[in-house]
Amino acid sequence: MEQPFDLVIIWAGIIGFAVMMYVLMDGFDLGQGILYPFAPDDHSRDIMMNSVAPVWDGNETWLVLGGAGLLAAFPLVYSVFLPALYIGVFLMLAGLIFRGVAFEFRFKANSTRYLWDWAFAGGSFVAAFSQGAVVGAYVQGFETSNFIYVGGAFDWLTPFTIITGLGLVAGYALLGSTWLIMKTEGELQQWAYKITPILLIVVLFVFVLISLYTPFVDQGVLNRWFNGVSIIWLLPLLALYCAFLVFRAVKKQQEGVPFVATMGLFLFTYLGLLASKWPYIVPPDYTLWDAASAYESQLFLLLGFLFVIPFVLGYIAWSYYIFRGKVRGGYH
Amino acid sequence: MELDPLILSRIQFAFVVCFHAIFPVFTIGLASFVAVLEALSLKTGNPVWQRLSKFWIQVFAVVFGMGVVSGIVMSFQFGTNWSNFSYATANFLGPILSYEVITAFFLEAGFLGVLLFGRDKVPQGVHFFAALMVAVGTFISSFWILAANSALHTPDGLVMRDGLYYVSSWSDAIFNPSFGYRFLHMGVASFLTASFVVAGVTAWFVMQKREMEANKKALSIALWLILILAPAQVVIGDFHGLNTLEHQPTKVAAMEGNWETSTGVPLLLFAWPDQEAQENHFEIKIPKLASFILTHDWDGEVPGLKEVAPEEQPPVFIVFWAFRVMVGMGMLMVLFGLAGLLLRRKQRYLECKPFLNGLRVMSLSPFIAVLAGWIVTETGRAPWLIYEQMTHAQGLTPSLTGGMALFTLIGYILVYAMVFSAGVFYLMTVFRGGLETANTNHLDSAREKAQRPMSAANANLEGGL
Repeated sequence: MEQPFDLVIIWAGIIGFAVMMYVLMDGFDLGQGILYPFAPDDHSRDIMMNSVAPVWDGNETWLVLGGAGLLAAFPLVYSVFLPALYIGVFLMLAGLIFRGVAFEFRFKANSTRYLWDWAFAGGSFVAAFSQGAVVGAYVQGFETSNFIYVGGAFDWLTPFTIITGLGLVAGYALLGSTWLIMKTEGELQQWAYKITPILLIVVLFVFVLISLYTPFVDQGVLNRWFNGVSIIWLLPLLALYCAFLVFRAVKKQQEGVPFVATMGLFLFTYLGLLASKWPYIVPPDYTLWDAASAYESQLFLLLGFLFVIPFVLGYIAWSYYIFRGKVRGGYH
Repeated sequence: MELDPLILSRIQFAFVVCFHAIFPVFTIGLASFVAVLEALSLKTGNPVWQRLSKFWIQVFAVVFGMGVVSGIVMSFQFGTNWSNFSYATANFLGPILSYEVITAFFLEAGFLGVLLFGRDKVPQGVHFFAALMVAVGTFISSFWILAANSALHTPDGLVMRDGLYYVSSWSDAIFNPSFGYRFLHMGVASFLTASFVVAGVTAWFVMQKREMEANKKALSIALWLILILAPAQVVIGDFHGLNTLEHQPTKVAAMEGNWETSTGVPLLLFAWPDQEAQENHFEIKIPKLASFILTHDWDGEVPGLKEVAPEEQPPVFIVFWAFRVMVGMGMLMVLFGLAGLLLRRKQRYLECKPFLNGLRVMSLSPFIAVLAGWIVTETGRAPWLIYEQMTHAQGLTPSLTGGMALFTLIGYILVYAMVFSAGVFYLMTVFRGGLETANTNHLDSAREKAQRPMSAANANLEGGL
């Protein structure tokens, strides 16, 4: 069919945007759960939970959008990734459920409160780890035949994906700690200042490990990065610059910069990863164009998207505005 | 024993859907009820409406919270267990489900925080607007999800090319032949669900003589709604049945337990359908009534199950009995609506203990009816996933093994059992606390508590206050 313009690129951008929105937004609230067991005291835990309470379920809506959007725009990704990551997806969902329920019940429980604390911390950790493992599995590639996943149930679980899983756990914890720097004050904020550099070092360590390892699992990645100097080298450099900004801001005790710079670190790392694989979306065999849905379907949804998403972003911003400012106090 | 991934996946999907479905069916109706209470409060300035609203917003918050966590599972379920189906139908289902997210979920999530925690942070008009948006969001959500579901029953506007569906007409595909009936049937079911829960809980308050001024008003509203909606639902259900007869005759044959296509078919009050023998045992019947109901002619022809091969028949026993459960619940609802009307003279409905106790029990009836109704319509489609086009077996994920399906099935059952028991237990605590607890502000200083759906409720999880 003659198509006036290539929607595949636009949709790659939209889905990429939705995934990034999810990672950044649910990242900082998952981070609260990951930091939970290490928090200075129970009062701090109350504040940590309060700081993300009004927004976390809106944040998770981006995950649902990512799932539905993939089905709409790149159904092959949806129908290969989910069967291939079957067990991992289940663990992620179970983690998200436990943690969601913990949000609701922790403040109402007295004698069973420690159970909900564990549910919140454990659920957040498992969800973050599974998501990190998904990233690793994507880098690794999937065994497919004739547009169908044909590998086994545990192909996604390798030493590499365990590293990426733990890497994302550390990354979300970093988003969480820099969020706390911005949203809290006093003792808890000082604690967040203290742990942020440690988390950042762990994240950079995993970052370097993955950067060294990735070219070895995939010849294409090796060629892309090492056949002559190209503009994509800018991405990891920008990521490292953001990491430097975080270090400096923490040292100067700035409040907003660490969170923003950490988001930058995530963004450039993410773009670097996509640049490695482009244009493969179901590596190693299928490109974005192989995975795309019908032109009319992409167009039908795009029209709605262009019309509705500005409103969506508008009232999300409004909701954040209403609950703005430092979070104080806790449950008594 | 060989584990069958197909059976296990079907059980898993049925379990997850049934578990999830009871929450939205309640929240859709309840969101509208809350919006009406907020509107009355805004318009009249009578504090009674706000007292009621504060209480029912608490209930809404708990149920909505459980609906959200169980709902996230749904959007991944198609891909994990039914990837062939998802891949084949993505050109249609993908955009439809995405529209649900961007037009409904974000709307709900965006305004929910303000509805639950923003009462003191925004003007009353804005707060009412948030309630309205949440209510509208729940309806938009059911619009899209029923469009998607109806398309599997009565596909239209779709063409198959090389194993994939393409949309030839979006309006035909969305407004497919059974969509309108389903949407109306579910919409009214949601209002009935909210009405019966409000009536049941309020009846209990009335028996205890608590907050009489407010609860009298709520009970009265609920009873008027039941009086109008329950009979209306019978009529809508009848039209929906006729539509099913036209498009899915085998499903109707299973609902009626009718094996042979024939005229003057009796209505079976009781029967024991035996699929192996292809006949019924122990029939108790009313002559010619099924023909009359379905064709409006005492000697009209009703299709039989034997029109199709036994392997293309749905599991008759389940469909037959689930249908009777649904209809039975509907009849009881109509009766309670009429009883309420009769007792209305001189406010006798506030005194009649058996009636109030009956309402308490009846608060479970809409959930039973809705689940039974879904079982009729979904099981009645078997073995078809997309009616007469794709079977369940063809839609299954090829790489799925029985062991994997069993593992996740057990996993979901365990996770949901914990969530559900905690949720129900907590809901009971909220009910016990009543309007009095909902309207105390001892935890209300804005930042003193978690600003979260269930945290909007002030009661304590272990039962204390």
